[in-house]
Order: sequence, then structure tokens, then C-alpha cells
Amino acid sequence: MAQGQRFVGRSVGDRVILGCVILLAVVWLTPIAWVVILSFKSNSELMMTTGSAFRLPYTLKNYSDVLATSGVFHWFLNSVIVASGVTIATLILASLAGYGFARTQFPFRNTIFILVLLGLAIPEQAVIIARHQMFTDWKMHNTYTALILPGLSNAFGVFLMTQYFRSIPRDIDEAAMLDNASRFKVFWRVLLPLTIPAQATLGIFTFLGAWNDYLWPLISATKPEMFTLTIGIASTQTNFAQSEGLGFLMAQAVFAGLPVLIVYLFFQRYIVQAVAGAAIR
Amino acid sequence: MTAAAARSTPLSRAATRGARIGPDWRNGLFVVPFLLVYLGMLIYPLFWGMWISLQEYDMFDQSATYAGLVNFKRLFGDAIFLGTVRNTFVFVLMTVPAFVIIGLGLALALNREGRTGATLRAVFFGASVLSVTIVTIIWKIMYLPDIGLLSHILGLFGIAPIPFLTSQSLALPAVAVTTVWWIIGLPMMLFLAALQQIPGELYEAAALDNAGRWRSLRSITLPSITRTFVVVVIYEIVAQFQLFGQALLLTRGGPNNTSRPIVLFIYETGFRDWNLGYAAAASEILFLLMAIAAMAQYIASRRREA
Repeated sequence: MAQGQRFVGRSVGDRVILGCVILLAVVWLTPIAWVVILSFKSNSELMMTTGSAFRLPYTLKNYSDVLATSGVFHWFLNSVIVASGVTIATLILASLAGYGFARTQFPFRNTIFILVLLGLAIPEQAVIIARHQMFTDWKMHNTYTALILPGLSNAFGVFLMTQYFRSIPRDIDEAAMLDNASRFKVFWRVLLPLTIPAQATLGIFTFLGAWNDYLWPLISATKPEMFTLTIGIASTQTNFAQSEGLGFLMAQAVFAGLPVLIVYLFFQRYIVQAVAGAAIR
Repeated sequence: MTAAAARSTPLSRAATRGARIGPDWRNGLFVVPFLLVYLGMLIYPLFWGMWISLQEYDMFDQSATYAGLVNFKRLFGDAIFLGTVRNTFVFVLMTVPAFVIIGLGLALALNREGRTGATLRAVFFGASVLSVTIVTIIWKIMYLPDIGLLSHILGLFGIAPIPFLTSQSLALPAVAVTTVWWIIGLPMMLFLAALQQIPGELYEAAALDNAGRWRSLRSITLPSITRTFVVVVIYEIVAQFQLFGQALLLTRGGPNNTSRPIVLFIYETGFRDWNLGYAAAASEILFLLMAIAAMAQYIASRRREA
């Protein structure tokens, strides 16, 4: 990494640039820090002024309110179920299809693969009205199935896995084939373990995408008990004008954002690799 | 991710590979599970949506009658819809250059080894993992005229508080700033990945020729990442065309429709007014605009491979 580094060295210009970027990073973090600080302020104080943000008193009242009253735990659980469901099912479907397209022959294989690639150009908004009608006809809104199933039509995942299976040397599965292992056994025992880096990339993207998905859950989950975290917190934003709930709202945002940020800090290295990996492909 | 995807697809290679053991229809079973979901959740609703866009829906009993292109004709005379198209284009013009310039600048500055670089990369990418709901809460509190941090900062310079989100000229730029803050990490990472692909020997050769920092930036770095440049531009155009959550949660499209994007129009027409035919017609126009951008991406990637 950092190949331009060797000849540039640590010149004065380099330090100035680094200083500017550090300053920009502080600017980038400021909005988050501001909300975290204000979330420890009482609602009545927030009503009057935020000038006292850096002075005592601070309070945990907003956080205890969040824990006591809002559906935030339930929504969090819904988000975990939906995002995990989408991720696991996507990994299974995309791995099977990727192996099929990359390593086997069947009638119309290339035509079907091109049709799948065309799916990359179809935005969710172009299908969302008909999709909503479908689930209405099936009376399946406000179910986990409705929240998970549409997320599985992920053409990008199939593309990524197909490319990855193609990059594995053929000698590996041919040796196994000579040993008379069945196709599925070769896929499952021999090739799948080799695709773990691609699984990680696709898994991280899929999970983050599903966790932060907004449009589809907004129109499909209309009952509060089926809200995902994203939709649930958005629903409490609607009475934002009544600013007596401002501290509560901020505490809720911190409460909901913190787990994701912690997971991000833990897996930061892998997430960065995943993004870079998908970019090079 | 359309960007990364459409770039490299040696379809012709697929024909020659995988031939050793011979075709067998049963091999198709590997792709059947995905195909079922793909057809059911994407292709079928795509065509059904086109059909819906040709229907006129009765507001009261939701009965539909075939109406041909009536919805499309109405859209082209609908000042609110045309306004959303304009807003969406303006939003794309505000955000995409920012994504490219800031993203590339950060990538150039942070293409370094060691902990400082890694920490800074983590900071700029970090906001991308937050959901749109949390991001909009954070920025609403930044923008609020009475308690917002921006008002405090303006106050230090003796400037009166500005109601960013309720100002006709500032609402859309405010949504754009929020968006850039939120997802600058992805273009930065894409550029970083490209920079790290440049062979170090090129820079060593340039150093031997006594080329300065600017020279090597202009004659080595930038030419080497043209492909990523194109990918980022087109990917961001497609992505920012789909502006929705930030606008809905920050401004509700207001004031006076000045920050309402196409997708918010589709959402409100379809799922608040339940005028499905009209909303579907608007979504087909969005689809067409995005297909043009995707086509441009495909052509750009082909030209590179030729």
C-alpha cells in the first residue's frame, strides 16, 4: 500500500496536507459529537438554549426514557432478524448460482447469465409499486418474509460470486471430479471454502444494505411491531417540531447508531478490504 | 455496486470454460433458486409496473382502467413532477462533483501506511455505516435555527441564525451537504483501491527524472485512474438520482417543493395518494433516466477494454 510514498517522503508539503486532512476529519466528527453531547442534556434545557452544551449539568434521563418507553429494542431485534436473513440467504443463493454459471454447462447458460447482469441496471424504484401490489395480493405485508424476500434478488451478488469462482484454478475441482465426487460435493467441500474472502465482501455489503434499507420497509411494514430500527426511529422523528422530545430523539439516535459504529470499528479492517476488493473486481 | 459490476465481464470466456464435463440440464439446478427469486421479485414486478403505468386508477375503489399513455402525458404537464426532475438533476450536479473532488483528494492524502492513515480513513468512511434515519437526526440538529450548531458558529461571526431547512434556496443544498458528509467514504475507498493498483516503479522512474509532485500527479497518478474516475462519476450519478430518505426526513420536499426529488414524488403519489398508475409512470421515467446513465457506464467500460 502507499506506493507513492517512497519518493515523496515526509516533506513539509506532506505534513501540511496531513494537517488539513486531520482538521477536516475533526469537522467530519463534529456533528456526531454534538448530538452525543446534547443527548445528555435535559429536554427543558434544550428548549431554552444549547449554549450550555459544555457545562454541567448532564443527565441520563433521555437514555432511561429510551430504554423504558420506546420500541427501540424490538425494532433492533427486527433489524437483526431481517438483515441476517437477507445476508444468509443471499450468500447461499449467490454462491450456488455463481458456481453454476462459472463452472457448469447447461442449456442457455450464457443467455441466462446476461439476463441476470441486465438486472444490475434495474433500480428498486422501477419495481416497487408492482412489488407492493404483489405483497398486498398475497396479504403478506408486515411479515419478516415480506421484509427479507425482495432483498434476495441481488444480481450484484451473483456477479461477484461468478467472478470469484472463475478466478479459482480449474485444476482444483478437476482433481476432485476425477475422484468421482459429485458436482454438489465438489462445490460444497472443495470450492466453497476457497470463496470465503468473497463471502465476507458480499456478506458485509448485503448486511449493511439490508440494515440501512429505508424505502421498502417504509411501505411494507406499517405496523409498529414490524418496524425495523431505521423505520422505527424515523417514525418518532415525525413529531420533531414539538421540541420537548429533542433530547429523547437524540438519545434514541445515539442508542441506535452506537452498535453499528462499534461493529464497524471492530470489523473496520475487513470492511475496508471488502470495499477495496469489490472495487478492483 | 452497478459500477464495479458492469466493468469487467468477459462473457466470451464463459463460453469456452466449464466445457470439460459437458452440458447437463441438471447443472442448471445450481442457478434455479436464485432465478426464481430474481424473476419473482425483480423481473415480474418490472413488467407489471410498466403495465400499471398504463392504467388509470380510481381513487375511491382502486379499480383500474387501461388508459394508454395518459399518465405520461399528464406527467409532462405536471409542474410539480417537472420540478422534482429539475431538483433531482440539480442535486446530482451539486453532489457528484463533490464526491469526485473530495473523494479523490482524501484518497490522495490518505494513501499512506501506518496508523494515522488508517484512523483517518476509518473516520471518513464511518458515517456510511449509519442509517439515513440517524444521519438526518444528526443533521437536523446541526441545521436547527435556534439550537443548531451551525447557528452557534454563525453567531460567533455576528451572523443571524439561518433557517437552512425551511429556506427555499438553501433546503436542497442542505440535503446535498448531509449526503456528501454521509457517504463520502465509498468514492474515497474506490479511489484508494485504484491508487494502490498503480505500480510503484512508475513513481521511482519519475523520481529519477526529477519529476516533482505535481508532474507525477498529472502524468502518472491521474492517467492511471481514469477508469475508476469514470466508474465513480457514473456510479454516483445513478446513486444520487435515487435521493429519497434524506429529503423525506430533513425537509419533506419543502419548502414549496424546492427540495422534492423524483423518488419522493413517486412515494407520495403511490403510497400516500394511492394514485398507482401515475406513480408507476413517474417511476418508468426515473428508470429511463437511470438506464441512460447505466448505458453510458457500460459503453465507457467497453471502450476501456477495447
